[in-house]
Amino acid sequence: MIPRVYRIEHRREEYPGTFTLEMSADRGRPVTCDPGQFNMLYAFGAGEVPISISGAGRRDGLLVHTIRTQGLVTAALERLKEGEQLGVRGPFGQGWPLDLARDSDLLIIAGGVGLAPLRPVVYSLLDGRGRARRTQLYYGARRPEERLFRHELNQWGRAVSLVQSVDHADSDWPGHIGVITGPLQASRINGPETIAFVCGPELMMRFSIRVLLESGVPASAIFLSMERNMKCATGLCGHCQWGPRFICKDGPVFCYKDIQPWFQIRGL
Amino acid sequence: MKTIAELLREHPFFRDLAQADLEFIGGCGENAIYATGDYLARENEPADHFFVIRSGKVAVETYLPDRGPLCLQTLHDGDIFGWSWLFPPYVWTFDARALDEVHAIRLGGKCLREKCEGEPRLGFQLMKRFARIATERLQAARIQLLDVYGQSPPPQGDTW
Ligand SMILES: Cc1cc2nc3c(=O)[nH]c(=O)nc-3n(C[C@H](O)[C@H](O)[C@H](O)COP(=O)(O)OP(=O)(O)OC[C@H]3O[C@@H](n4cnc5c(N)ncnc54)[C@H](O)[C@@H]3O)c2cc1C
Repeated sequence: MIPRVYRIEHRREEYPGTFTLEMSADRGRPVTCDPGQFNMLYAFGAGEVPISISGAGRRDGLLVHTIRTQGLVTAALERLKEGEQLGVRGPFGQGWPLDLARDSDLLIIAGGVGLAPLRPVVYSLLDGRGRARRTQLYYGARRPEERLFRHELNQWGRAVSLVQSVDHADSDWPGHIGVITGPLQASRINGPETIAFVCGPELMMRFSIRVLLESGVPASAIFLSMERNMKCATGLCGHCQWGPRFICKDGPVFCYKDIQPWFQIRGL
Repeated sequence: MKTIAELLREHPFFRDLAQADLEFIGGCGENAIYATGDYLARENEPADHFFVIRSGKVAVETYLPDRGPLCLQTLHDGDIFGWSWLFPPYVWTFDARALDEVHAIRLGGKCLREKCEGEPRLGFQLMKRFARIATERLQAARIQLLDVYGQSPPPQGDTW
């Protein structure tokens, strides 16, 4: 699959080292994507990396990705300016099972940049494509100023009730301070009626899953996005093999019940 | 109006305790309301109580001379605050400040200690519950220390 050329229309720094690119297809129609899917972004001369779609088609059909700089390729993407080009292959993978949320309480648990693949879920609730009985979003971050999408978080109140917790903050921060599992534990989760979408650092996901299971949420109603590294994105190279599955084509969103046996295996 | 024992029954910390035990503990408790900015506890002052938070938000803080008060954690309904009353020298190690109107049950530490010394079965029940909270807070502090939301460290390997 050959990358299509996209042009950066807008670039916004979320906080130092983390930025959002809004891009348009140079030729042809922009691709349509499901919440939770990802694209391979190609920084010419540097390489290709998988990046979740953090918004699509909402404004002028633009494709939106939110990226944190880690190494060679993401640093090359960070250097790109508005008007410059990059390659895009995709969309790939299985996204969030929004249909299953229709008659349930939807619990979205995001940590750090893990909010990026979950924002399209919120968008689909806001514009009525997705539906849930009640939606709560638990967002954990390092500091208040290191949260994604700060300019729009509070506008989501129509679709979700938002609980935020940061590791460190000054006294004027109105949210919680401490790990996100604190307020999650204190909330009265209606276990059997809840479906949970979780994305964030793996350690945070492990502890969140523990709280969810203790609250009676069945393993079959917990979904997580595994952002392990990959190369081809089409299930051919085996780079992202995880247990008997491939993250690129079977995931990145998995049902916890299906991956439970190897989720806890160290080094896998 | 609900009795202290009834209010305790609604709080997760006391879940599944026998009615007689709740009444026994309730005998050491009273309702307390704190306005925004009020202190429930101050570092180095005698820790005569612990608090069962029923509603509102409490900041657990320490004071740094060059930075002022630093919030380590916020607590809310469903939480409890304070175990300094359990161990000598019975002084608070942190401040606790109400961030909005806080409704709490204030339980007398000395009264509870004496009751538990005389009733070791109940003392053990309470100790198990405190141990669980202490473990959860330790886990949370460790995760916070790991800085999981920070950028990954650069790959390890030889450089030359
Ligand atoms: C399905 C999927 C979706 C993803 N979505 C996003 C997203 O929306 N936004 C985003 O910023 N990133 C996302 N990632 C992670 C992103 O792909 C990696 O950060 C990127 O591949 C790193 O490439 P690099 O060349 O910049 O760094 P490298 O030079 O390859 O690595 C530099 C450092 O980053 C660490 N690293 C590499 N990959 C990852 C990873 N997947 N997770 C954690 N640490 C890593 C390495 O261990 C190393 O320490 C996603 C990954 C997957 C598999």
